[in-house]
Amino acid sequence: MQLDQDQNWEKRMADIETKISSTPLIVEEPGLNTTQPQRKWKTGGIPLAFVLVLGLLGLLAWGLKKAQAGPVDSGLAPDFSLTGFDGRTVTLSELRGQVVIINFWASWCPPCREEAAYLEQTWRKYKDRGVVFIGVDYVDTDKEALAYIQEFDITYINGPDIGTRISQAYNIKGVPETFYVDKKGQLRGVHIGPLKAPELDQKIEELLAEPDPGN
Amino acid sequence: MISEIGLIALSIAFLFSVYGTIGSAYGGLRNRPAWVESSRNASLLVFPLLSLSVLVVVYNLYVLDLSQAYVADVASRAMSTFLRVTALWGGQQGSILFWAWIMSGFVAIVLLRKWERDRELIPYVIAVSMLTTTFFVGVVVFITNPFARLWHVPGAADLTTSVFQPINAMPYIPEDGQGLNPLLRHFGMIGHPPTTYIGFTGFVIPFAFAMAALITGKSQEDEWIRTSRRWTLVAWIFLTIGLILGGRWAYDVLGWGGFWGWDPVENAMFMPWLTGTAFLHSVMMTEKRGMLKRWNMVLIILTYALTVFGTFITRTGVISSVHAFSKSALGPAFFIFIGLTFIGSLSLLFSRWDALKTEHQLESFFSREAAFVLQNMLFLAITFAVFWGTVFPLLSELFTGTKITVGPPYFQKVTGPLFFALVLLMGIAPLFAWRKQAAHSLGRAMLLPLAASLGITAIWGYSHRMHPAPIFGLWLVSFVLLTILTEFWKGVRARMQGRGENLFLALSRLIGRNHRRYGGYVIHLGVVMIALGVIGDAYFKQETQGTLTAGQSLTVAGYSLRFEGLNSYPGTDGREVIEANTTLLKNGQTVRPMQPRRDFFIVQEQPVTVPAVYATAGTDVYIMLLDWQDDGRSATFKIYINSLINWVWAGGVIMMLGTLVAAWPPRDGQKETTYQLRPQVFGPQPSTGD
Amino acid sequence: MKRKLLFILAFVLAASLLTVMIVNAQDGQPRIPTDDEVNAVAKKLYCPVCPNTPLDVCETQACKDWRAQIRDQLAAGWSEQQILDYFVQQYGERVLGEPQRSGFTSMVWVLPLIAVLSGIVIVWQVLRSWRLKRAEQVSSEISTPNSSDRISKELRALVEKELKEID
Repeated sequence: MQLDQDQNWEKRMADIETKISSTPLIVEEPGLNTTQPQRKWKTGGIPLAFVLVLGLLGLLAWGLKKAQAGPVDSGLAPDFSLTGFDGRTVTLSELRGQVVIINFWASWCPPCREEAAYLEQTWRKYKDRGVVFIGVDYVDTDKEALAYIQEFDITYINGPDIGTRISQAYNIKGVPETFYVDKKGQLRGVHIGPLKAPELDQKIEELLAEPDPGN
Repeated sequence: MISEIGLIALSIAFLFSVYGTIGSAYGGLRNRPAWVESSRNASLLVFPLLSLSVLVVVYNLYVLDLSQAYVADVASRAMSTFLRVTALWGGQQGSILFWAWIMSGFVAIVLLRKWERDRELIPYVIAVSMLTTTFFVGVVVFITNPFARLWHVPGAADLTTSVFQPINAMPYIPEDGQGLNPLLRHFGMIGHPPTTYIGFTGFVIPFAFAMAALITGKSQEDEWIRTSRRWTLVAWIFLTIGLILGGRWAYDVLGWGGFWGWDPVENAMFMPWLTGTAFLHSVMMTEKRGMLKRWNMVLIILTYALTVFGTFITRTGVISSVHAFSKSALGPAFFIFIGLTFIGSLSLLFSRWDALKTEHQLESFFSREAAFVLQNMLFLAITFAVFWGTVFPLLSELFTGTKITVGPPYFQKVTGPLFFALVLLMGIAPLFAWRKQAAHSLGRAMLLPLAASLGITAIWGYSHRMHPAPIFGLWLVSFVLLTILTEFWKGVRARMQGRGENLFLALSRLIGRNHRRYGGYVIHLGVVMIALGVIGDAYFKQETQGTLTAGQSLTVAGYSLRFEGLNSYPGTDGREVIEANTTLLKNGQTVRPMQPRRDFFIVQEQPVTVPAVYATAGTDVYIMLLDWQDDGRSATFKIYINSLINWVWAGGVIMMLGTLVAAWPPRDGQKETTYQLRPQVFGPQPSTGD
Repeated sequence: MKRKLLFILAFVLAASLLTVMIVNAQDGQPRIPTDDEVNAVAKKLYCPVCPNTPLDVCETQACKDWRAQIRDQLAAGWSEQQILDYFVQQYGERVLGEPQRSGFTSMVWVLPLIAVLSGIVIVWQVLRSWRLKRAEQVSSEISTPNSSDRISKELRALVEKELKEID
């Protein structure tokens, strides 16, 4: 019995408390008008806060998409001009009608060494059949790059990627990566990691077999 | 078989979490206590279920069950049992399970407490905290499952990781596991994830309370703030420990003689710590003066949002960092979570914006209230600067296409002056009285510390002529140190004179009577010590590098390192050790032999440089073996002279001690002295809604 | 005899002069820069490949090559600024540890400054409005002698009703 009464009492008190706290205590006097400057803050501040948060989320979404995207592997191959270590220059868009193999490498990259000999060998085999090899040197030092070229006796054009512009255009995630460009200038795939025989030969044969684009 | 049990427990935990979320929300909105009660029970069960899953993973690691993909990833035969078991949080899958487990533990604690005046909040506290738990458990179940196995699918070049067997696939059990990244095999890295996760997840509870208070419209009440304060204090302590352990690890293992690199992931941890500290202070304003309720709500939401943001950039690699976990499919899931959290809490906050209004009255700019407001502003400014520098590379790439690096030079230059102002305020503000501080009494209180610190700095600056910046820093450290000590002395002397107690008794009773205040002072003392270490690291560091043959020496700052020879031997944990025998001399006197090493972990093919460190109170002589030539006849060394660095670690320990003192519950029969200073009213009046 | 001696003398003289000249020429060659000098420049750069790693502490082969390049450039007499510019041109702006203060990147420096200034202004405004509210309330309290009127009628009625119910 006592317990019930106590519980009722507590409930009563809680009810009263709730009622009191939701009832206005002080009558609003017209003199004490402090709501106007606050309203100004509110109407301006809230949309601004939302815009900022949505902006941040948009930025993060963009960043996430970029981080998860792999190298470019379809569509028109991004155009570029490369000046080789030996002084010659090559521009991708001028190579229409030929199959182009673009290989990203660096002297400090051990897997690149694994494929270097195979690349040069394949170049020599196809160079007179309308295939162009371009080697793009990714953030390397001239000294080491030239030593690398000499070591593997590479004869196709190789040049440094100044300012990493080409690497960024192709969105490479590392080295070595090899991009296949067909006679029409379209990207037909990318090979990540060192190439092993006869992968490159097969791909080149496939692309060479395609009809030449009309002039 | 055992792994199946773990998987089942995990899946049931997920189902219970979902039910707990939906059931409590429904029960709260439709006023159906039965639903709330059953949701509460379901939520309570999530913790034991996840504990079972965690135990199974630990067991798998312990017995090295290599049929499990996770075990094959983070463990190896060469690792010791202790390291294998702690590899629970060494990889992505295990660490998220660990995170979810801790979170469910906190929820269980909250649900088991006495809910006196906050009964209305229960449904929504459960709903919000279980929504978060559901997300993390869901990620573990569906995306990064620690019970997945390795399969060989015919035709595929690589192995497939999957929980269930793909069609035609054969199970693959490797000979040995990959093993934990050698860099992570250090006491700091073993302690850092658990403490950091406890810190991060701890903030969910105050956040859930804040959301519940907003939803129910009970945000005017003080009680939820008091509860939030205690939870925030616990989360804050662990976050502080996590930060210090992380720094210690970086110092010992990464080999660049520093402990904080302003890397995005480090900043991600630091930002919630900053806003959390701001909250711990501004909540005092609420308790004593009933002020800043709306602001406190904003701070809690901001702190939690920053922890979610932090875990997002750590685990998805959106902003490039040295700390990044291996990339996985977590990105989109985390993005949805972070989007919902930000927009949901912001909408809720603004829907109740007016209801949060409280009457603020300030009597004087020259008061502790004003000091607190200024302090909060400084914390927020630093947080903004850190945030801006962290996301700016992303912004720059979006708008200009060029990638840039925002490194330590930016962070130091921008936050340096702000930290200076903050530490200065930390010294002065406790001298301010509430409501109105009389200028002359403040002057009196500051006089001795000010004069003494100026004197010390002048003498020191004169004898060590240098760049002005560190001189300001050293003045600051000595000034604030003296003000804090003066506060202790005032209290102790009053007790000694008034009650005739001796020094130790007076000190212990003084602290015992007012834990929070004097615990806070001890924490501030720790901060000053850390500040000293940081100044030393920023301005007084010296280094040198050189190649030596046997008998030759490398010299820097009066120290000299003589190379004797190299030797190699196989070490523990599957490594090959190359060790250099050297002798350290100071001003010509032999100090002791030092053995810097370079360990090579055979399985991972990864080298780790282990420095040899000679530590004193004033300096660390930090020696690294970088390279060797000619079969070990010559070797390259780097020496860092890290002045005052040990004050950082000492300061960290003092901060932890101070937090223990401040958080210590008062003795029975002794109520916590919280002064109820309400706005002064003239004549009989009801108090304004507090 | 005398002529032979004279020849020998002249020869020896010429030989020693030549030796001295050769030795002097050796002294004129540039000395190899010390590791510390290389590190002083490398400190201001970041590894172009590894994320957020300063060039002087990075231990990969690539970084060793870059430090060797800095050494060669220093030996060739390049100034620090020239080396930094070269790295930026070759590898992009991300090799700089400290963001430039021009162009879009200047925003990284400007915004925190604006934030701090606005923060100070906001703090000032907030404190001032609190202070004014205080002043207002004090003056209005003084001017309303009969304070019991301020309790709303609603509340009075409610309290009286509850009091009746309790008894």
